[in-house]
Amino acid sequence: MSNVANNAASRGDYWFAELTKDATPVNGLCPSVKAADGKLNDQPVRFIAVVPDKNNQYPRAAGGEVGLLEGWNLAKVVNDVIDADANAITKRAIVAVIDVPSQAYGRREEAFGIHQALAGAAGAYAKARLAGHPVVGLIVGKAMSGAFLAHGYQANKLIAFKNNGVMIHAMGKESAARITLRSVDALEKLAATIPPMAYDIENYATLGLLSQLLDIADPDKATPDDISNVQNVVWQNIQDARKEGVSLSNRLGAENRASSQRVRQLMRQEW
Amino acid sequence: MPTDTDQSFIELSARQRARKLLDDGTFRELLGPFERVMSPWLEPQGIVPQADDGMVVAKGQINGQPAVVVAIEGSFQGGSMGEVSGAKMAAALELAAEDNRNGIPTQAVLLLETGGVRLQEANLGLAAIADIHAAIVDLRRYTPVIGVVAGTVGCFGGMSIAAALCSYLIVTREARLGLNGPQVIEQEAGIDEYDSRDRPFIWSMTGGEVRYHSGFVDALVKDSLNEVKDSVLSFIKAGVPATHRSDNYDYYLPKLTGFDTAQQANREVTEALFNREDRA
Repeated sequence: MSNVANNAASRGDYWFAELTKDATPVNGLCPSVKAADGKLNDQPVRFIAVVPDKNNQYPRAAGGEVGLLEGWNLAKVVNDVIDADANAITKRAIVAVIDVPSQAYGRREEAFGIHQALAGAAGAYAKARLAGHPVVGLIVGKAMSGAFLAHGYQANKLIAFKNNGVMIHAMGKESAARITLRSVDALEKLAATIPPMAYDIENYATLGLLSQLLDIADPDKATPDDISNVQNVVWQNIQDARKEGVSLSNRLGAENRASSQRVRQLMRQEW
Repeated sequence: MPTDTDQSFIELSARQRARKLLDDGTFRELLGPFERVMSPWLEPQGIVPQADDGMVVAKGQINGQPAVVVAIEGSFQGGSMGEVSGAKMAAALELAAEDNRNGIPTQAVLLLETGGVRLQEANLGLAAIADIHAAIVDLRRYTPVIGVVAGTVGCFGGMSIAAALCSYLIVTREARLGLNGPQVIEQEAGIDEYDSRDRPFIWSMTGGEVRYHSGFVDALVKDSLNEVKDSVLSFIKAGVPATHRSDNYDYYLPKLTGFDTAQQANREVTEALFNREDRA
């Protein structure tokens, strides 16, 4: 029984805490963005998570959503790693612990350029990857839409827990149903036969975007074995990322994403 | 100066826009409609696919230099990004970056009329947008990636993030640029927060003019082919910017943390907070 589980604001917060027990926290961030410098197998790693902050200065982002402050703080905390390691031969790994229910929806958010804040985050992760930092995304909960684009989707490697609470999607069911003029029922029926529309992680895995799907019996109450299993898998993915290079081409190749590959082949021929 | 050769840019189709931005006689379309590389996901849902999946990739020259123009056709499925359309844009940017690494200075212009992810292809659209983000960040190291949001669809969702990653962004007054569509915000946050039927209000939040005056875009142009083209040329000439807007957290963070969020936002508040003049 972990005390951390009781104090954690979210599953993402819980896993961040478990993975950063001996790590040094990064100061100067907004409370909803946590970062810490720790180690895996004696190699330095910066862990980063977005967590709920019920007193968030921007109340539309109180529940762990990625909003204005979260986007720009992610940009800062990732750029700091890039700058610090600019002259290093081996670039430090970055692990994004992902549990983000959505981007923030609000008037201030739109007016003050939430799209730009999220671009700050996405751009920083992409820059880190291109600079040779292995970037691993560990999806322990939700990875929704713009929030996932900002925090995780630029990773070399994506690992997800096989669990009902894990969801990767472009839009929640109710909103998607309304915008496509379908009932939630009809949407669920379609999702059963159209893999990219499905809401479950097994179907998502068929798209070839994950490097690993991990069985964790109870992600809200991990055993010591679970923790070391996750650490090992993250470590292995960091090693693989170092070998495979900076592009995202390792995500291409699944049958259910065959057109993405085919378009690239044809474009190259005609280029 | 308006001339006899000028015309509306907004009224042009994606293919016409791409052709007009390239030097005369240099337009060559890749994966054009006759090749019929279409979405495999729409027909099983009873939706008629389009032969080019609503995405035009055109190679040619701008000012005598190699260029690719990628134009989204806003009239097909709201300019939404599906697997094929998204892969076309991503691949074009990836190949342009590869060109630059190989000593060919291919430039890129993106014409962004899109509601974001095509919900019928949900997760594959989102993945394609992540690939587009990756490719813009790669390419913009070598050559400016220039985005244009002209109208009338606007640029939303994950593609507004793509726009915000561009080296330079050009808009018209008719353009809108924002992360979340008005209806979704109203649904998630309530009508007091965001009234999706109040058009003047929506333009005061996300319209081209306010985006220009608050520094989220680099140029505000008339709905004119000549003005769009001149603006593109001026940014090509300007080269890769010293700092990309998406890296400017040192500017944005103090503004945002210094704002008293007991206040709601309106146009005046936004323009005062992000005054163009103090960005320099």
